[in-house]
Amino acid sequence: MYKNADEAIADISDGSTLMLGGFGVCGIPENCISALVKKGVNNLTCISNNAGIDDFGIGLLLKKKQLKKMIASYVGENAEFERQLLHGELEVDLIPQGTLATRCMATGYGMPAIFTPAGVGTEVAEGKESRVFNGKEYLLEYAFEPDFALVKAWKGDTAGNLMYKETARNFNPLMAMAGKITIAEVEELVEAGELDPNQIHTPGIYVHRIFKGSFYEKRIEQRTVRKAVN
Amino acid sequence: MLDKNQIAQRIARELRDGYYVNLGIGIPTLVANYIPEGVNVTLQSENGLLGMGPFPIEGEEDADLINAGKQTITTLPGSSFFDSAMSFGMIRAGKVDLTVLGAMEVSENGDIASWKIPGKLVKGMGGAMDLVASAKNIIVAMMHTNSKGESKLLKRCRLPLTGINCVKKIVTDLAVLEVTGNGFRLLEKAGGVSVEEIRSKTEGNLIVEGDIPDMHF
Repeated sequence: MYKNADEAIADISDGSTLMLGGFGVCGIPENCISALVKKGVNNLTCISNNAGIDDFGIGLLLKKKQLKKMIASYVGENAEFERQLLHGELEVDLIPQGTLATRCMATGYGMPAIFTPAGVGTEVAEGKESRVFNGKEYLLEYAFEPDFALVKAWKGDTAGNLMYKETARNFNPLMAMAGKITIAEVEELVEAGELDPNQIHTPGIYVHRIFKGSFYEKRIEQRTVRKAVN
Repeated sequence: MLDKNQIAQRIARELRDGYYVNLGIGIPTLVANYIPEGVNVTLQSENGLLGMGPFPIEGEEDADLINAGKQTITTLPGSSFFDSAMSFGMIRAGKVDLTVLGAMEVSENGDIASWKIPGKLVKGMGGAMDLVASAKNIIVAMMHTNSKGESKLLKRCRLPLTGINCVKKIVTDLAVLEVTGNGFRLLEKAGGVSVEEIRSKTEGNLIVEGDIPDMHF
């Protein structure tokens, strides 16, 4: 139990490898990102599906040039990211989204590697071992070894159990399982016993630190609506 | 010649009752607007939703409920949420019946290039490589030629590949074509478009057998 993000991330130091949950800017650990910006920790390697947008999410860390390397599947919609990439200021490893998710999963399940067909015959396969099973080729992809996983959940309890909301689940449960130290920020923090054990997505054994986040902005990237039909 | 909505409308005719379908960003997303009457399909969004519903009514947008294009959406009766590993698990295990996606190039053996233009903008492959490596049936929705008027249906792709030997069918603004392994078999042409025009805009081998019917919707 921590009071806030500043306390929870206090020992994240320069050069750390971090996993950050979220898809686009949905379900991202907003409080932890703000605290990392404030702390000014540098040379970070970030593993996250996306790199945020210019002024939100991981984009805030990019703007302050706190990243050494980004490991992601999709990095569009971020002009500062492109600029740093084209100027060689940032290392980038782009990997297929399912490979990213499954490499996170492998870490949390205690497996050193997985086989996946994604990327066979493409530049993603260059330099990688492959094997044929039942006539189909698969690439050997390794589990990640992050120092910290920063995840965002909807509800959490004092035992570290977590529940996610809707598509804000995405990479969060996988990364929660993968951190050497997992830090969870939650919208609602309750006493152990108040959440239904049937509804827990991440058991507390995986969560080392938890705090109630505040001032969630929950920005929407593409606001699409239809007119109400009367 | 078809517009983007008509390409989507033609692809919607490939949907079958009971299908689980993943629609990519761009023209593929529009397919959801033309699902034929009496055909029930379940849309999979790879960020962790089965049973994607329409856009929310104004004022009911929920930042926690988006699709893979990061658009606000809704659920439907029977929808379910899951994490990204399970999402790609169901894709990898062949549970998704049909994948529709856009492309920059397709080759006559079914290779697809859709994610990178070297030296220019690199956005990343997202879930496309996983989808094309495992999907049972892949339909590509794209324009027949690029902005310079060059054919996108090639003997061999020139851009970095997304996947190999995977595309089964292509619907363009000019034609519906089947990928056969030794060429693009012309199945239908857009109204008012000649076989000669399609041939002149197809770099790869074009297979034309018998009379080619016009597309209908």
